[in-house]
Amino acid sequence: MPPTITAVNDFVVKFANVNGSGSASANELFARSILRMGVPVSPRNIFPSNIQGLPTWYEVRVTEKGYLGRRGGVDLMVAMNPQTWAQDVKEIEPGGYLFYDSTKPLPSSAFREDVNVIGVPLTAICNATYTDARQRQLFKNIIYVGALSVLLDIDAKEIERLFGEQYKGKEKLLDSNVKALNLGRDWATQHLDPGAVKLKVRRADNVGNRIFVEGNNAAALGAVYGGATVCAWYPITPSSSLAEAFANHCKRLRHDKGTGKAKYAIVQAEDELASIGMVIGAAWNGARAFTATSGPGISLMTEFIGLAYFAEVPAVIVNVQRGGPSTGMPTRTQQSDLLSCAYASNGDTKHVLLFPEDPKECFEFTAEALDLADRLQTPIFVMTDLDIGMNHRLCQPFQWDEKRAFDRGKVMTAEDLEAGKTFGRYLDVDGDGIPFRTYPGTHPTKGSFFTRGTTKDEYARYSEQGPVYVRNMERLQRKFATAAKIAPQPQRYSSPKATRYGVIYFGSTSPAMDEALDHLEADGNHVNALRVRSFPFSQVVEDFIHEHDRVFVIEQNRDGQLRSMLMNEFTLDARKLVPVLHYDGTPITARFIAADIAKKLGQLKVVPFDKAAS
Amino acid sequence: MTFIAKPRLHHPSLVKNKAGFTRRDYEGAVSTLCAGCGHDSISAAIIQACYELDILPHQVAKLSGIGCSSKAPTYFVGASHGFNTVHGRMPSVMTGANLANKNLIYMGVSGDGDSASIGLGQFAHIMRRGVNMTYIVMNNGVYGLTKGQFSATADKGSISKKGVANADASIDMVSMAILMGATFVGRSFSGDKHQLVPLIKAAMAHKGAAFLDVISPCVAFNNHAGSTKSYEYVREHNEALNRLDFIEGREEITADYAPGTATTVRQHDGSILRLRKLGEEYDPSDKIAAMKRVQEGLASGEVVTGLLYVDPSPVDLHANLNTVDAPLNTLQTGDLCPGPQALERINASLR
Repeated sequence: MPPTITAVNDFVVKFANVNGSGSASANELFARSILRMGVPVSPRNIFPSNIQGLPTWYEVRVTEKGYLGRRGGVDLMVAMNPQTWAQDVKEIEPGGYLFYDSTKPLPSSAFREDVNVIGVPLTAICNATYTDARQRQLFKNIIYVGALSVLLDIDAKEIERLFGEQYKGKEKLLDSNVKALNLGRDWATQHLDPGAVKLKVRRADNVGNRIFVEGNNAAALGAVYGGATVCAWYPITPSSSLAEAFANHCKRLRHDKGTGKAKYAIVQAEDELASIGMVIGAAWNGARAFTATSGPGISLMTEFIGLAYFAEVPAVIVNVQRGGPSTGMPTRTQQSDLLSCAYASNGDTKHVLLFPEDPKECFEFTAEALDLADRLQTPIFVMTDLDIGMNHRLCQPFQWDEKRAFDRGKVMTAEDLEAGKTFGRYLDVDGDGIPFRTYPGTHPTKGSFFTRGTTKDEYARYSEQGPVYVRNMERLQRKFATAAKIAPQPQRYSSPKATRYGVIYFGSTSPAMDEALDHLEADGNHVNALRVRSFPFSQVVEDFIHEHDRVFVIEQNRDGQLRSMLMNEFTLDARKLVPVLHYDGTPITARFIAADIAKKLGQLKVVPFDKAAS
Repeated sequence: MTFIAKPRLHHPSLVKNKAGFTRRDYEGAVSTLCAGCGHDSISAAIIQACYELDILPHQVAKLSGIGCSSKAPTYFVGASHGFNTVHGRMPSVMTGANLANKNLIYMGVSGDGDSASIGLGQFAHIMRRGVNMTYIVMNNGVYGLTKGQFSATADKGSISKKGVANADASIDMVSMAILMGATFVGRSFSGDKHQLVPLIKAAMAHKGAAFLDVISPCVAFNNHAGSTKSYEYVREHNEALNRLDFIEGREEITADYAPGTATTVRQHDGSILRLRKLGEEYDPSDKIAAMKRVQEGLASGEVVTGLLYVDPSPVDLHANLNTVDAPLNTLQTGDLCPGPQALERINASLR
């Protein structure tokens, strides 16, 4: 008998499927049913650059404690893809479980001695019930959810309720899905020992009023709430679903009740150069505009981003980061566009970046970015990634203050101009580095100006004079300092015990980091933590680094890009910042962070010479 | 280069148009282009057109890319906002600007390098989207600011100032525009103000994508023997298909034409295009015939000019997007933000 993993509300199930087979909705159903039992789950898609026929995985972490980062390791593998069988079987933890379609007998060499095997003849059940090939394919997925619900003690009522919500008004579909679910349940009840799998779901009350949503959907809603009226975009994984979600939200929320007309414009541009150009044109003309893209899109937009920086035109760019250029790894997650965004373009440029940790912050920061772009008159990047953007994540519900009004920044109106206010497009009137602007068409004789990149004086008059250029660049520097004060500030988590060690992290690393801090603390490795939420960095970040002897900088990229930015912006001893880097395309795990920090702490904890001698 | 402002004082006897402005109110800064540059004649024609159309100067938004031509918006309608964007990308910026405020008059100025080489993609897409605008290419077949390299509109076989023959096929902007879906397409010559001014006026009144290819000789780098974009060559080979009179809807039609000598096209805004026939029969509302005639001209070395194609009832980008009547840039928090109650419903749907 192989050893068996026993766990309640704390395990990982991984589904290995073929993409295009309809497995995604069945797997999501599985995750949601557990959530409805009050047990937090954290699902993740691992998918190829492909539409049909290639391997795809869906990993569900069941976590009563609410650790929403990827855990690593698999306790139960639902192996539905013969192509990846060997790899999938290998990945199971010793004592774990393998669930497979036993219609065709497999040689014993296909299995592992230290893994418990549960076979269900899914294909045979389907073939006996359905004649249509597509139905056989689709319902096979629901049948395995049914069988799993018996083995894991998932309440079938919750699944039926989910069907009821999904197929409201489509009774035929509802009935056929319930039937398929029961086919799986009945077979499992009749043929399997209920104790065959010792991973169980037990009803709890740990979900609360949290919502379950993808970051791209949340960011799109943030754009609606933040008042974006123009969205220009070009399809690119993993950001396309953001623009599509914006269109869906707008269809429901942004049509004039009387006329049915749209209070928004969405253009699918010919490429990313055009999408950012449209955003800049719209924002120059006084509309709130944004685009959603990923790394290669940023590369293409770079010239325009520089123009917007120098010409001081607002723009919001949501960058759903992925693994670099071309195809393949790009459908995996990374945090590897920090440098390319922070210093994008030619000439002396630097840009404001926001780092949301979850869908809640995707919503908040996208809305906030629209305010910041108008206030600062410059491009603002919302730096999400595939892990947050394309996975359902449990998070606090969205909130909006009834009294909140858009901050349109320093805009001079026809009345201001008529009243004789001095207008200098690039004139810093109050020391924050931000000048006033006018929208085109404001006043018949006052306030018009010609927008150029670098070559202008305080009144937007053409000038190639060196001192004029330098004055302007210094003002832009002051504006950047203002940005550091008004962008989302870092959040600090202090260890219960005083410590000389700190960690800095950001974005989607958050849930894994929260869990890693618990592990480290439990092992007596005390560290203080700081979550950076924006660039330019607040003074708090520099103070935090100076407070500690060593600061671990946790990132999901190879080159330690945030660390480079910290080195670039502050005067620091490079040895003080210790990189902890994870960049294989999978989301970072608590296990990785805790182990790497513990190892490095071990190397650092050299007993001082005077103590050793005494 | 320096910025030279023109004196604001006007002679009291200057005639004001219906909007209360003199012709000089539509001028811009002093041009810094070469003396004799065709672009300055086009700027003058734009000034004349705006004056005659009684446009409020600040209701124009001028956008350009990079190059000699793209400097031109500084030299006309100084009371309006202008945007000198990046090379070849003016169309996307103008598209965005137009989305933000459908009520302004959009004037895009570009060159053959800007629109036919680096910006050909954006040129094509702004036409197919039907952005309500006037898009003028000041076409001289050569890169001026970088001193005389061929552009993509230089004719095959034409000779550069340094004596090199162009081996590459040329891109015909008029053919491109018609093919891509522009709904008003004309060609003119910077040296023919009588043809050019009415074309600009009609283009500005057109409620869709209006494109004008204006051959504009470069006196510094492309006005020599062997060039097909020189003053001399264009004058010799100019084949005007029609002579346009632009009549605003509210104006009384006074001109009389002998039967069979003129065609009338009424645009959707009510303006009337009266096309005087110059020789051959030509119907500018027939797209297929227009493409055929333009291609014949290219094959025979003619510079075919005039109003070449017009769809008098175009559907513009805003109509396709079904946007509200108020410009999007005037919508406020109350118009755009669904508020906390709607958000609570959304939260509930995500549990």
